[in-house]
Amino acid sequence: MNNVIFSFSLRFIVLVLVQVLILNHINFLGNINPYPYVIFICLFPINNNRLLFLLISFLLGLTVDLFSDSGGVHAAASVTIAFIRPVVLKFCFGSVYEHQTIKFKNVDFGAKIIYFTILVLIHHIILFSLEIFNISRILLVLQKTLFSGIFTILLCIVSSIIFSRKT
Amino acid sequence: MQQIINFFLRNKTFLLYLFLMFLAIVFTIQSHSYHRSRFINSANFLTGGIYNSVNNVQSFFNLRHQNDLLQEENNYLKSILYNSEGKLQDVFIDSTQFYGNYRFTPARIIKNSYALNNNVLTLNKGKKDSIKQDFGVITSKGILGIVDKTSNKYATVLSILNTNVKISAQLKNTNHFGSLVWNTESPNMVQLTEIQKIAPLKKGDTIITSGRSIIFPKGIRIGTIESFELDAAENFYTINVKLFNDMTNIEHVYVIENTDRDEINTLLNNE
Repeated sequence: MNNVIFSFSLRFIVLVLVQVLILNHINFLGNINPYPYVIFICLFPINNNRLLFLLISFLLGLTVDLFSDSGGVHAAASVTIAFIRPVVLKFCFGSVYEHQTIKFKNVDFGAKIIYFTILVLIHHIILFSLEIFNISRILLVLQKTLFSGIFTILLCIVSSIIFSRKT
Repeated sequence: MQQIINFFLRNKTFLLYLFLMFLAIVFTIQSHSYHRSRFINSANFLTGGIYNSVNNVQSFFNLRHQNDLLQEENNYLKSILYNSEGKLQDVFIDSTQFYGNYRFTPARIIKNSYALNNNVLTLNKGKKDSIKQDFGVITSKGILGIVDKTSNKYATVLSILNTNVKISAQLKNTNHFGSLVWNTESPNMVQLTEIQKIAPLKKGDTIITSGRSIIFPKGIRIGTIESFELDAAENFYTINVKLFNDMTNIEHVYVIENTDRDEINTLLNNE
């Protein structure tokens, strides 16, 4: 148990630091940045303590906000995908999730990609609509969501392949 | 009563979600308005400390370019100094006194940002170096922004690339003035609005600060006119200004304090 807490705290700190020190400054083609810290929320172990999960997700988003001076946009987006995660899990993994026996390292690869895609796109659309905060520029929001989303999904999948332990 | 408690217990996840979402939205709305009290800023000892130690390493990779910029500025200042016959020949600097109204403090940018809608930078100087809210920040080439929040050792700066910032600016040749805003499209282009239709404009003219606010002195260079057009009502020009600063690569900055600002503020508030 302690081991799990330790490894998730470490993952939290590493993801936040990588996000704010490296990935926030990529600015590919002007303003496209990936936000792969959402992988922490996607791969959080599934159990019944949803309140703790919501609080941790909020804290994760707020930490990223603290570093990037963006108010509460990351916190809002993170807490939302943490809240709707059970629905997405049920949609993507179906019966495996129903029986509470899901392990992320041995689920079907296609289902995993769809799972990441849905969560990342919802996260990004909330993030950018709150950041731009202007209904008349909805096209810009969608454009940023699409481009940053592709970038984020790629990074999430690559890092989940690289760091998954085949034991 | 029992039912109310049951209701809360049953929906506790949803209620917690609503509460956290509300909190996040409040933080977001505060960050979209100018100088509202905010807890979520990067001028605290944790984020400032991390940015500072990372920047200590990063700044080594940029030394050559920054040295060139400083030398260029020195060269400019020296050419003014030695070409002014007699007037400035004996430059005696008494550092215990300040001449004029403006006091300058050198500082370093430890976090730059230019791709968001509301860009905020972080400085490595704070309250300990007597930096306060609403001080101006410039670089050797031009204007940069306004100090927002300060902690003991760090301060955040609202960049001119921030939709909440409006700075009074004017044409260098004539005294027509307007306010400088940013339409978020390009990090090296800002917009000067509310310039009277009667003003003579030419592409390439210089834009400077107007000195009408107590933040910046008059005459700090901002940029040159790239293009201009009349607004829909055909009364005012909107001018695209190309900045002298390369906003994507800045490190050494100067913080300007107007030493008369308390006096001017009391005067304005008494009216």
